[in-house]
Amino acid sequence: MSSEIAPPVSVDAGDPPAVKIDGVAKSFSGTVALEPVWLKIRRGEFLTLLGPSGCGKTTLLNLIAGFLEADAGELFIGDELVTQVPPHKREIGIVFQNYALFPHMNVAQNVAYGLRTRRVSRAETRQRVREALDLVKLGDFADRRPRQLSGGQQQRVALARALVIRPRVLLLDEPFSALDRNLRTAMQVELKEIQSRLGLTTVFVTHDQSEALSMSDRIAVMSRGRIRQIGSPSEIYDRPQSRFVSTFVGDANLFAADLLGRDAGAASLDVGGTRTSLATYQDECPAPGPVTLVVRPEQCALTAAGEPGTVPATVALSVYQGSYAELYLDCPAAEGGRAMLRVPASEALAAGTTVGIRLPDTGPAVFAREDEGAAA
Amino acid sequence: MKKSLTDHILDCTGRIVIALILAFVLLPFVVVATASLNDSAILSFPPKSISLRWYANVFEYRDFGEGLVNSLKVAAIGAAIAVVAGAGFAYVLDRYDFAFKATLNGILMSSLVIPNFTIGLGLLILSAAAALPRSIWLVVTVHVIIVLPFVVRSVYVSLRNFEKRYEQAAESLGGTPGHVLLTITLPLLMPGLVSGALFAAILSFNEFTASLFVVNQSTQTLPVAMYNYVREYADPTLAAMSVIYVAVVAAALLVVHKIFRLEKVLNVE
Repeated sequence: MSSEIAPPVSVDAGDPPAVKIDGVAKSFSGTVALEPVWLKIRRGEFLTLLGPSGCGKTTLLNLIAGFLEADAGELFIGDELVTQVPPHKREIGIVFQNYALFPHMNVAQNVAYGLRTRRVSRAETRQRVREALDLVKLGDFADRRPRQLSGGQQQRVALARALVIRPRVLLLDEPFSALDRNLRTAMQVELKEIQSRLGLTTVFVTHDQSEALSMSDRIAVMSRGRIRQIGSPSEIYDRPQSRFVSTFVGDANLFAADLLGRDAGAASLDVGGTRTSLATYQDECPAPGPVTLVVRPEQCALTAAGEPGTVPATVALSVYQGSYAELYLDCPAAEGGRAMLRVPASEALAAGTTVGIRLPDTGPAVFAREDEGAAA
Repeated sequence: MKKSLTDHILDCTGRIVIALILAFVLLPFVVVATASLNDSAILSFPPKSISLRWYANVFEYRDFGEGLVNSLKVAAIGAAIAVVAGAGFAYVLDRYDFAFKATLNGILMSSLVIPNFTIGLGLLILSAAAALPRSIWLVVTVHVIIVLPFVVRSVYVSLRNFEKRYEQAAESLGGTPGHVLLTITLPLLMPGLVSGALFAAILSFNEFTASLFVVNQSTQTLPVAMYNYVREYADPTLAAMSVIYVAVVAAALLVVHKIFRLEKVLNVE
């Protein structure tokens, strides 16, 4: 599998990258946190580091910020080599998960901190603090203490504090995870708006795949200290290059299948006794033998039981979700015996109904069975 | 839901035990406070007739006044030195890894194990050998040695609980390490430093054993003055002194509480 991002990355034409990560690696007392990583972040790009906890995404963020020193490799911000540059000289804005607002300062003093360190004049400081607070719609809160603010307001202050110094790169470390769901969505929209209006190069760390899909220009999916795949949200969702990526981003039904052969992009498969042939987007396909067939729920269709060419299944549970229902199916051909499909709420079926799952002609992917070990 | 009989008995027993323990904690003070009001010149309990004359005597007895001044000097200077040195050691222990870290920690904590009279005796022998005068600085030195472990612990705990993201945020905003220390770390550690200094001052103010070895007539601290008094007289003056003593320490705590909120200073929030 070519899931690893190796040195010869695709060369970006035109502008030099805003951030260039050149073989940067990090271990903590012998445990590898980050394998050597090569990555170029474009100017004005919103790049997300997505992965489960312990995948190395936060380590990479801390390396970009300068809180950690790389064991190997080089890091550039713009044209400047910053591998050895301490954090206070990197001109980077950061918003942390818990915001880390200075509790002994009011909102205006928090926002002004980065201007004080730069010895900006009083008049200009006042002006820029006001602009930054207006930008995050907190113009009237300058005199409040952080603990007097709600979670969403604290986050806006943290954002204003990071933006007021006009950072070269904005780093976001799981900034939404402490917010409740409605507020989270509103803040995501707001942040994205500000980010694209200012054309800010942004690196966003999250373990939440839906957050990553909705906000990013590009997503780097990470696991076990490696970048598994980089691409636009639709590339990641529609054309995952490994079983790990396909299951970590979005829902996926996994079928244990036998790859019988491949001919002109169409793979013929035996899925639990059902013969089917489908076109995959993959350039490389595993050798014939046992494989895992990955199909998104929306790529599957439900048919009456026993239709030729369909995979037999039985409805186990129907979960009402408002506009649609999730049908959980007992399916012997699926890995773990379970598959899931979404149907309009009006077409939900009772538990015990036997059905057939029609697999799509194009779209899904097959991965060698040994790739399973790479998950997690 | 109805409580069973066993629960009731346990509940009552628990309350009684707690009441007894609290009574025992307060008992010495109650006895001394009552005895201080005794009109007769004998330390007896309970008093036969009531008088405040022993309180007047406290203020007339010169050694107590001088002892108080000495004690306050020693406590203030000692606590100040201990908190600066202790904070430095705590910072080093928290932030750096080095070869003899465990040893350093052990040495800093050693005066918890070494009895106070050993420390007093040691310094007495040392000062005699070095022909140093038995000045107030000798007393201060002894007190710093005794209170240092408490200060180091207190500041170390505050540092361990310190959210390092504050420092990282400040650094990312362009704060040099020194600037971050002054504008972020120190202000946020203030409760820990104040609690350390407060404990140091109270411990020093109460210290008797080690002080006994290193003071002379002009540098004797209040507890030593009180000890010398009780060797000569057995009247309730000392009981009155004790009550004043408690009142002064309580007042100091109250002031700190008003300024800093005691729960925060004592790290029990």
